[in-house]
Amino acid sequence: MDILPILWFALIAVLWTGYLFLEGFDLGVGMHMLVSARSETDRRVMLNTIGPVWDGNEVWLITAAGATFAAFPYWYASLFSAMYLPLVIVLLGLIFRAVAIEYRGKGTSTRWIRGWTIALGLGSFVAAFGVGAMLALTTTGLPLDHNGDRVGGPFAWFTGYAVLGGLAVVGFCLVHAATFLALKTDGLLRERASVFSTRWAPVALLPMVGWVLAVQLTNGKLGLWLVVAAAVIAGVWGWRAARRGAEGRAFIGFGAFLVAGSAAIFANVFPVVLPSTLNSAWNLTIWNASATPYTLGVMSVVACIGLPLVLAYQAWTYWVFRRRIRGAQLPKPATFGAAVKQP
Amino acid sequence: MHALDVDPLLIARWQFGITTVYHFWMVPLTIGLGPLVAIMQTMWHRTGNIRYYRMTKFWGKLYLINFIMGVETGLVQEFQFGLAWSEYSRFVGDVFGAPLAMESLLAFFVESTFLGLWIFGWGRLPRRIHLACLWVAIVGSTISAYFIIVANSWMQHPVGVELVDGHPVMTDIWAVLTNNTAVTAFAHTVLGSFGVGGAFLIGIAWYQLWQRRRDGIDAVGAHGRVIAGEAADIPGRDKADHRVWLTSLRIGAVTAIIAFAGLAITGDAQGKLMFEQQPMKMAAAEAACHTGTSFSVLSIGDPGSQDCKDVVGVIEIPGVLSFLAKGDFTTPVKGVNQLLPEYQKKYGTTLPDNPIYGERAGQKIDYVPIMEVTYWGFRIMIGFGALAAFAAAVALWMTRKGTVPKSKPVMLLAVAGIAAPFIANSAGWIFTEMGRQPFVVAPNPSGVDGVFMFTAAAVSPGVSFGEILFSLIALGSVYAVLMVFELRLLIRYVRGGVASALPELAHNTDDDDDKKPDDVLSFAY
Repeated sequence: MDILPILWFALIAVLWTGYLFLEGFDLGVGMHMLVSARSETDRRVMLNTIGPVWDGNEVWLITAAGATFAAFPYWYASLFSAMYLPLVIVLLGLIFRAVAIEYRGKGTSTRWIRGWTIALGLGSFVAAFGVGAMLALTTTGLPLDHNGDRVGGPFAWFTGYAVLGGLAVVGFCLVHAATFLALKTDGLLRERASVFSTRWAPVALLPMVGWVLAVQLTNGKLGLWLVVAAAVIAGVWGWRAARRGAEGRAFIGFGAFLVAGSAAIFANVFPVVLPSTLNSAWNLTIWNASATPYTLGVMSVVACIGLPLVLAYQAWTYWVFRRRIRGAQLPKPATFGAAVKQP
Repeated sequence: MHALDVDPLLIARWQFGITTVYHFWMVPLTIGLGPLVAIMQTMWHRTGNIRYYRMTKFWGKLYLINFIMGVETGLVQEFQFGLAWSEYSRFVGDVFGAPLAMESLLAFFVESTFLGLWIFGWGRLPRRIHLACLWVAIVGSTISAYFIIVANSWMQHPVGVELVDGHPVMTDIWAVLTNNTAVTAFAHTVLGSFGVGGAFLIGIAWYQLWQRRRDGIDAVGAHGRVIAGEAADIPGRDKADHRVWLTSLRIGAVTAIIAFAGLAITGDAQGKLMFEQQPMKMAAAEAACHTGTSFSVLSIGDPGSQDCKDVVGVIEIPGVLSFLAKGDFTTPVKGVNQLLPEYQKKYGTTLPDNPIYGERAGQKIDYVPIMEVTYWGFRIMIGFGALAAFAAAVALWMTRKGTVPKSKPVMLLAVAGIAAPFIANSAGWIFTEMGRQPFVVAPNPSGVDGVFMFTAAAVSPGVSFGEILFSLIALGSVYAVLMVFELRLLIRYVRGGVASALPELAHNTDDDDDKKPDDVLSFAY
């Protein structure tokens, strides 16, 4: 069955897009906590906007990696081993960030809170940049030999495309998170978040546009110019909505920009999943990198059951926690030592 | 290329070992403690007793501090096969990736999403739904464990595949999912996790009861029965607090005892499977050079030399090894000396001249695992498991009159006892993974010929020694630092008692009168 590798290519594109969309604002909020917040209350409000959902969002990354392993083991093996160093650093960033989210509010000293804020912000930045670099390179190519192994040393991945992809995801996360914060907070924080996306969207989204154009120009699938145009229109529409203060529309607009941009990229590279820059005969494609039809069939059944459920209960989570968060609502931080003092 | 002439394979193996053992310090606590917290909340829901509410809050907090570490170290595992073991990923990808992807799609999404709902849903979701969210998350983490064990068990005992162009190709997902190695290993692993959860409750509750006695809150009456008191000046140290800890301790002890009974049964089943599926591992667990029926209680010499001439059995119990392997006292169990030629005949004496072995092609294959590790790993697992079971029974007995002795050393012993099931778990995994060597996918004696892989062929060919060394050092030091932070936080919350998880017990309630409880987030970062 030839349809299955195509289906799984589409599914993995969906998983990566879903990851960038959902964890996009989590990572962006993490960076904003470091650069945009003006007070500890700001930072706590920001963190609590993603509090109930960030962990579920991160599973999109794990699922994207796991699904790639199951459906295209050769893609998984070549991409991850070729990008060994940056991915190890992404993992460290994600670890620090997640532990910081959970631990920062559980201590009382300024040093503790400050330290974890830095871990959260930097971890988010590193993760966004690294994932962006990896996705850019899987669409533009890595120096791979006939076996799919990287040649050229540990830094062979470090190219202009890697930087472009890294900046694209970081920039998108910052804007996306600002519109998310405008939707989820109130008062000054909400206003400042709106101002951020109005002011910075045209600059911060440019690298993403650059990446989409680079892939479009290299692969040159004529019809996909329509999708590229849709992405640009969605971005501009979102930006105009942000300027008018229509927070919901701005969020939808920038979200649609990501979805269309990502669709243009993946559709352009199809059926290649990881080009070799050394010899196009060594490209990994959905045909030579995929698992067997039986495995893909099994996984299709699992995905058909699992993915709609995931979407349903994650949507429900967002519905449960739909209210805006205000600084006055925050409970007092935890106190310690009171109970251990000697009578 | 590099100054040090060390095979990247060795560093990659250390990295996998360290990160996996570390991951499996957090995970059993998650799997073991989670259901106990869910039971506590269910009790609260059913009885309305404040004791269970406080238990849920306190143990739930410790659960979350630990949970996040398990999640994030698990992320490394999901990436690690591709990073450092790309040849392995290519070889087994058609069958091994499926359970991993199923784990995230069917289990891990559930676990993470519903746990978020539970953490932030206090007071926002209807009580029954809030409780249901916790149960759903717990079921998710248990199913998640099942899929991971399925993947690991396929490396121990590959089933459900046929060989096409030298690669295993999955033909039967049910065979993979119902692999008897996986079923027994899952039961054993989950029970081992309950042992961890039980010992955790015992040690910490013991400390709390001891603290109440030290502070003169609880006293002991004429027949040694506890007289629970309260200290008005210490937040949370009221009468209900005493029952919080006593009930926690008893739940922990009963859980641990049941778990350890189950561990003996499932461990026995695993031993019998191992005898059929990986006879060399069984022999190495025993440092059994010669074929026989005796279980070694103590062997001296140097099992690590992997030379049978150096191993001398000192205390042996006749018949017991046969019982472990076959269920009778007479069937001889093959020793290393007899197995070695069989393995060499079947799988060769040197690594084949295939490019995937790189410079390792032609090296002699050592079919005997490092016996020092397998022999002692096996005994440490059983020894510390039994010790923890014994300690749980003693704890139950010593607290029958409602509190713990005033002795500080005994309290310290109870706290130190938390480590026992962790040690047993780690030793068990190190034993079973090291005992699989030199294979990364061990051959299945009754399966398809050719479905096996030497660890020497599994490492990423394109990744340099320096990269793996960097990641080993980076991951190792980050893990060490985070361990310090996790322990610090756990200790801080444990010392604070229930009041640290329920700040309202510590705050003067007058402050909050102007705010309706509804306006305050029930739990916030």
